[in-house]
Amino acid sequence: MYMENNFLLTYLLLIPLLGSLLLLFINKEKESLIRWAGFGIALLAFILSLVIYLRFDPGQSGFQFVNKITWISKINVSYHVGIDGISILLILLTTFLTPITLFSSWKSIKKKVKEFTFFMLLLEVGMIGVFVSLDLFLFYVFWEAMLIPMYFIIGIWGGEQRIYASVKFFIYTMFGSLLMLVSIIWLGVYAASFTGTFTTNLLDLYKIGPGVPHQIQVFMFLSFFISFAIKVPLFPFHTWLPDAHVQAPTAGSVILAGVLLKMGTYGIIRFCLPLFPQSATEFAPVISVLAIIGIIYGALVAMVQKDMKKLVAYSSVSHLGFVVLGIFAMTTEAVQGSVIQMVNHGLSTGALFLLVGMIYDRTHTREISNYGGIAKIIPLFSFALMFASLSSMGLPGLNGFVGEFLILLGSFKSPVLNSWAYTIFAASGVIFAAVYLLWMYQRVVFGEVKHQNLFSLKDLEKREIAILIPIFIFILWIGIYPGTFLKLSEKSTNTVIQQVLVNPNTDVKVAKQ
Amino acid sequence: MTTEGLFSLLPLFLLSGFAVILMLLIAIYRDHNLTFWFTLAGFTASFASLFFIQAVLPRQIVPILIIDNYALLYWGMIILASSAVAVLSYNYLKEHEEQKEEYYILLMTATLGACTMSSASHFISFFLGLEILSVSLYTMISYLRDRLESVEAGLKYLVLAAASSAFLLFGMALVYASTGTMEFARISESLSANGVNALTLSGFAMMVIAVGFKLALAPFHMWTPDVYQGAPAPVTAFVATVSKAGMFGLWLRFFVMINGYRYGSLLILFTVISIASMFTGNFLALMQNNVKRILAYSSIAHLGYLFVAFLAGGKLAIEATTFYLVAYIITSLGTFGIVTVLSGKMRDAEDIEDYRGLYWRRPLVATVFTAMLMSLAGIPLTAGFIGKFYLVSAAVNSWLWLPVIILVINSAISVYYYLRIIVVMYRRIDEVTPAVETTTGTLATVGPVMQPSISLGGGLVLAVLTLALIWVGVFPGNIIQFIKDMVSSLSSAAMPMHTAQKIMLFR
Repeated sequence: MYMENNFLLTYLLLIPLLGSLLLLFINKEKESLIRWAGFGIALLAFILSLVIYLRFDPGQSGFQFVNKITWISKINVSYHVGIDGISILLILLTTFLTPITLFSSWKSIKKKVKEFTFFMLLLEVGMIGVFVSLDLFLFYVFWEAMLIPMYFIIGIWGGEQRIYASVKFFIYTMFGSLLMLVSIIWLGVYAASFTGTFTTNLLDLYKIGPGVPHQIQVFMFLSFFISFAIKVPLFPFHTWLPDAHVQAPTAGSVILAGVLLKMGTYGIIRFCLPLFPQSATEFAPVISVLAIIGIIYGALVAMVQKDMKKLVAYSSVSHLGFVVLGIFAMTTEAVQGSVIQMVNHGLSTGALFLLVGMIYDRTHTREISNYGGIAKIIPLFSFALMFASLSSMGLPGLNGFVGEFLILLGSFKSPVLNSWAYTIFAASGVIFAAVYLLWMYQRVVFGEVKHQNLFSLKDLEKREIAILIPIFIFILWIGIYPGTFLKLSEKSTNTVIQQVLVNPNTDVKVAKQ
Repeated sequence: MTTEGLFSLLPLFLLSGFAVILMLLIAIYRDHNLTFWFTLAGFTASFASLFFIQAVLPRQIVPILIIDNYALLYWGMIILASSAVAVLSYNYLKEHEEQKEEYYILLMTATLGACTMSSASHFISFFLGLEILSVSLYTMISYLRDRLESVEAGLKYLVLAAASSAFLLFGMALVYASTGTMEFARISESLSANGVNALTLSGFAMMVIAVGFKLALAPFHMWTPDVYQGAPAPVTAFVATVSKAGMFGLWLRFFVMINGYRYGSLLILFTVISIASMFTGNFLALMQNNVKRILAYSSIAHLGYLFVAFLAGGKLAIEATTFYLVAYIITSLGTFGIVTVLSGKMRDAEDIEDYRGLYWRRPLVATVFTAMLMSLAGIPLTAGFIGKFYLVSAAVNSWLWLPVIILVINSAISVYYYLRIIVVMYRRIDEVTPAVETTTGTLATVGPVMQPSISLGGGLVLAVLTLALIWVGVFPGNIIQFIKDMVSSLSSAAMPMHTAQKIMLFR
């Protein structure tokens, strides 16, 4: 299946792209038509991604649905897309969350509906593009192009401090990606000294990257890694995240937490590890320490937040720390755990942001201290919040457990980290997660009713239930039978690990796993 | 000189001929419309003649001019940019009281000067071209006599440009004194035969001052913000594009022909200038509230970027810098074009508050402006990104790590002030305050300064520029190949830097 051209992924990119352009021709007064059209287009993309899922062969280790068209022949850049078991999960997550967030913003976004829907669909193009690119130039184009719609979504529909937050978000990411651009170009130039032509083709660079002289490889690795670490965000590059999350509209937060952060961790798996295996193993302990600091720091800071949205934002720092730790443990279990945890975090944090958004729409406050005792007033909401919190803190039977368990298990016997200490410290993060989430839950849902106007709160309406149910189904599904999803990524995860560990330049000697 | 030699000068003849025709026309019948159409006809004829003369190239015209494909490319760029400026100026001038017609003569002669520079192969033509350009610019910058800042800008430019010309002449004299010739090719021969001495090097350094002045490189950039702000908006567009293209075309040719990459001290000089320009431009732009000044500082930074690739040397540097220049011209014309079409009778739309909520009032103009600013910031799918990609490729290829890292840092800084303008444009209407304190201290009402509608010509120019911006950004293949072919006449003469020297200098 590999070498033949398959246009399915191209169609997947074209649906939201053409759809967003189509929206421009609709009169902006017809808001409900625009909303339905946007939702329909996003749903169509989801259906197509399901078709791709059904045709996907998890038994293959290479890239599938490859489509390669020469783009700029002068610098040997091509439109080259394809997916493996890791990217398909993230694509499914993207196409799944986009219609849900569009649907969820029907009530909360009242101004400039047309522009909002337009940017959301454009954002979807960028996100899918990042996950399917097999050419570094193309990847960079999507990676940067995706910044613009997100910038506008935060900057136009955000809260009070939205300008500050959106500019900070943009500049942080931009700095990281420019460093990456220099490295991409250098890699291409370096490849030219072997093959005679400048290239940004990922599959070719996989062969060349590991051979880059050590000192330069360190620099290359770091510039890629910093760019991704900012996006993840890994401690200490995380400071843009709380601002962006708190200021973004609900739909923006969901997409930001659900998909955008995953682009960083995906980038590490797809580019940092296989391109620079030697440096990746060398830096693994340092990065893992940073990840663990992130896990604990994020959890502790989340604990003292007064704002629900900020709490969820900091919990992302903590959760993504697990993902990074899992990746750099470089065992099959840990990396698989990281991949599934990326999806988990998208689902559970997405659900938390949606729920916070739903109650914010009603009360216009996110202060935890303004709530209390709402369990009796809005039981459905309270149940949903419980469910999402439990999923986020990793209760066995729900999705979070699967990912965190695999990561901890994998890092325990990691040949690269080679110490139990990492696992022990990381595990404390699980406990902290339970503390801050349950404490928040207790203060919001139980106890005395603090404010009279809380009595008039309305429970979840049908539309909101319809938004949450699909997410909850997947939370349960992954929790109970993760095999469906793990099966997809197994082969590809192993391929990545082989690329790193079975490398003549890598020092680690591993027993065959 | 042969007939073919004369024929190859046709574009320059046409430009100067039309300048004379315009002068006579105004003497007989003064009419803004007529003058404008004659100007356009002149530019069109001159541009069209480029295609005819290509067959007889390359040609050396006595010792002073060299007309090859490289010159042709720069002529094409200059004439197209000047035509765009002419169209933008038409509506802008219609708003104003002054005599409008003479402006077009000056535009014509300034273009002639820039074209002469980019095909110069001798100090005489270098200096002549520069002065034709500069003298026309003095008047163009101060064209709006009733605006104090316009006159001030003109005077400032006059004094500083004259001073820089003096440096240039002195530098040329020193080079002449030590090499005994003013021809670029002979200078190169003399340098190869006799080596370089302190006299020649100081001569080059003096010339760099004049070049740096014209290109607005730090530390010779002091005039830029004031002149950009004071000059009428279309003239600012001209100063930012045509005058820089002419000078850069000349300097690149000169440097390659004398093989300046041999001299470490000159390279260090340019490294310092490039780094200083990037930092100066970007840092000073951060604090500005005037869009014209922001763009002025941003242009200083962009020329700094351009010199990162210039430093790289060799074929790739010529291609990369020329490509970047094309992208820069498209974008600068676009940004200043927008300032022009939005400007009113009393003052230009230069205060950042003038742009508040622009998107909700004029979505198309705001979108175009956003695209232009994104291109300046180097976001993919715009010409600016491909340009930056090319620059970094050239620099990385020559191991210029230090300038590249500084370029990266500066690009990240620059995003801040580009975003500031974008942010203001997308502010919601309900936040728009009716009256705001402007930077000049006067109370200006937002709205009236703006043109009620975009003129057809201005809109057309902006549409073409936006299409070009996206086209070059998405499918740069053809234009890269075109530039490669056109500059090959020069790049075949280029020698890459000696490897040992590269590493010693910048690693």
